[in-house]
Amino acid sequence: MSQTTIDPRSLRAPPRRPLRLSWSDERVRAIVWQILVVGLLGAILWWLWSNTVHNLEVRRIATGFGFLSREAGLPIAENLIPYSPTDTYFRALLIGFLNTLKVAVVGIVLATIFGTLIGIARLSKNWLLSKIAGVYIEVIRDLPLLLQLLFWYAILQGLPGPRQALNPVDGVFLSNRGLKLPWIEWQDAHSYALLAFVLGAVFTWFYRRDAIAKRILDGRPRPVWPMALGCLVALPLAVWAAAGAPWTVDWPELRGFNFRGGLNMSPEYFALLLGLTTYTAGFIAEIVRAGILAVPHGQWEAAQALGLRSGQVLKQVVLPQALRVIIPPMTSQYLNITKNSSLAVAIGYQDIVSIANTTLNQTGQAIEGIAIIMLVYLSISLSISLFMNWYNARIALVER
Amino acid sequence: MPQFGLFLKRAVGMAALGLTLALPGLAQAQQAAPANTLDAVRGRGQLICGVNTGLAGFAQPDSQGVWRGFDVDYCRAVAAAIFGDPSKVRYVPTTAQVRFTALQSGEVDLLSRNTTWTLSRDTALGLDFAATNFFDGQGFMVKTSLGLKSAKELEGATICVQPGTTTELNLADWARANRVRFTPVVIERLEEIVGAFVAGRCDAYTTDVSGLAATRAAQPKPDDYAILPEVISKEPLALGVRQGDARFADIVRWTHYLLLSAEEFGITQANVDQMANDPRPEVQRILGRNGELGKMLALDNLWAVNVLKAVGNYGEAFDRNLKPIGIQRGPNALWTTTGGLQYSPPFR
Repeated sequence: MSQTTIDPRSLRAPPRRPLRLSWSDERVRAIVWQILVVGLLGAILWWLWSNTVHNLEVRRIATGFGFLSREAGLPIAENLIPYSPTDTYFRALLIGFLNTLKVAVVGIVLATIFGTLIGIARLSKNWLLSKIAGVYIEVIRDLPLLLQLLFWYAILQGLPGPRQALNPVDGVFLSNRGLKLPWIEWQDAHSYALLAFVLGAVFTWFYRRDAIAKRILDGRPRPVWPMALGCLVALPLAVWAAAGAPWTVDWPELRGFNFRGGLNMSPEYFALLLGLTTYTAGFIAEIVRAGILAVPHGQWEAAQALGLRSGQVLKQVVLPQALRVIIPPMTSQYLNITKNSSLAVAIGYQDIVSIANTTLNQTGQAIEGIAIIMLVYLSISLSISLFMNWYNARIALVER
Repeated sequence: MPQFGLFLKRAVGMAALGLTLALPGLAQAQQAAPANTLDAVRGRGQLICGVNTGLAGFAQPDSQGVWRGFDVDYCRAVAAAIFGDPSKVRYVPTTAQVRFTALQSGEVDLLSRNTTWTLSRDTALGLDFAATNFFDGQGFMVKTSLGLKSAKELEGATICVQPGTTTELNLADWARANRVRFTPVVIERLEEIVGAFVAGRCDAYTTDVSGLAATRAAQPKPDDYAILPEVISKEPLALGVRQGDARFADIVRWTHYLLLSAEEFGITQANVDQMANDPRPEVQRILGRNGELGKMLALDNLWAVNVLKAVGNYGEAFDRNLKPIGIQRGPNALWTTTGGLQYSPPFR
């Protein structure tokens, strides 16, 4: 746009009036009110703070975050990074934070996939499929999440004990101690292969972007899949083979009271993940349905008239428009999963709330404990919001 | 759903703690500054007592919804000492994790809830322990079908434990010292953790031996469960009051000693009126016929008569609540008669 189209009057500054020290001057009034409000707010905060400190002192309740470096002594069942009860409270809380992340992130991914499928199923022309999806959504959304979590946990506890574990496939055991899967013994070679895969994925993404850009210029399609295959499969395999191709499967086996080895998913984690996923999927399904219905029918017809197949219509025409409607409410569902994961305490999954509660119970420092919980949820929620806002801006309608 | 109530209660408790610590005016209204719990209780006309959420023998509502148990009797005794009426109590069920917050925030006046007296709790949590009313120790319970003889055989086991307890910490210490690896399952609500153990989620359940006995007795088939012989810790279960309120702590402490002394001198719920004519000088002092011991505690001089009429002596309270679930006197016998640990300073 050229400069000349702008109305020059809009660039002109308003006339400056001298500041009069009088109540009738709008700017003076504004300044006075602002000083008053900020001062009052500051005074209230100071009053609350000083009273808290004073009362804590009178009652000889310890204050400060010094306890973080003391030995925690608590046993924790599930930890992504090494932990023993001799570690500090800080590390115990870190484990809790990672456990919260573990359930929230996996829950978000699964709920999105599951919810999208149900949302599409509800729009299906197949009567039975759409009714089943409808009933699922209504039932799941109408029951309290806590009740559902207790329900899933009770069901998982009803499974047979480890000695009578269900064994549907060789090496897979399902018992009231959780789900056991065979797992490869992780060695350095596997880490290198994983790194190669990640690098390959990044490269493939740039390659695809480049291919699309070139296609827009000259109209010739350039297949991406040979490069993707090479980067995502051949490269990691080659790295793994070069590192000696180690391959030892760690089979779970019953020894003593319980299974040893293999990958373990505890009933607590499983129940929480199942509950959060199925519950949130019900909401996501409705969001997806609303998003798809928000695309005018004419768009479908126009795309079909152009000769696109129905998969292409969905992928190229409808979804890009539907996503603009879907993303903002989806953000709040992701935030809900994260916050709802705190119901873990009811079924014994040691997330940040559970561990912070125990910490504040052992140390008596409730205010600090609650502050830590708030900080953790605030930072997770803000990160999700920031990412989703960025994504939303990226897919927003670009007007040219 | 009881769970919801509990979560709500926790949230309200936390908020209340924040508010009472922050707002002095509110703190006055809700529970009083540390020094006058007694006045606050009198003004309210009711003692608020923090008890367990439901532990047979210690604190559990009966079929009519009336709270009963050993810990409950201590709430009744203190209410009788203050008001002359043991029914002037409101019971607040507290979980292991929220109990100290409830006391700190003024939500309860007295914590009579099998709570272990430890140095760090005594110094850092803003509470004082008035008296040890039950000497206990931590043990393990397993299903008889496992055929275990010793806790040391629990290598690799999954063990159920309540979070926020000394039990949880002792378990970790003991496992480290004995090189026993275990997987903990921690659930806050007593009913839920016992449910998980009974369902077979855990191989063993650990808590104070008295708690194990209570849980075992409450099962449809108690013989399916066995308590292992090891006692891995000292658990002096004590009555907790807010820190810095010596007068109220004295009342709670001497109420406990009153129950002990009454047993020592043979004063029971039934004979308390006749004992008023007992010639022994200490009995005369205890029952307020002579001297002003009650007034020194800022209570009615006949406080002891009211307390003993309400709950009887220590032995009676023990036999009424704990004997039926199979708990022996053991260390809780009187020192003066059978060499136990329960011992009252003189009423003089």
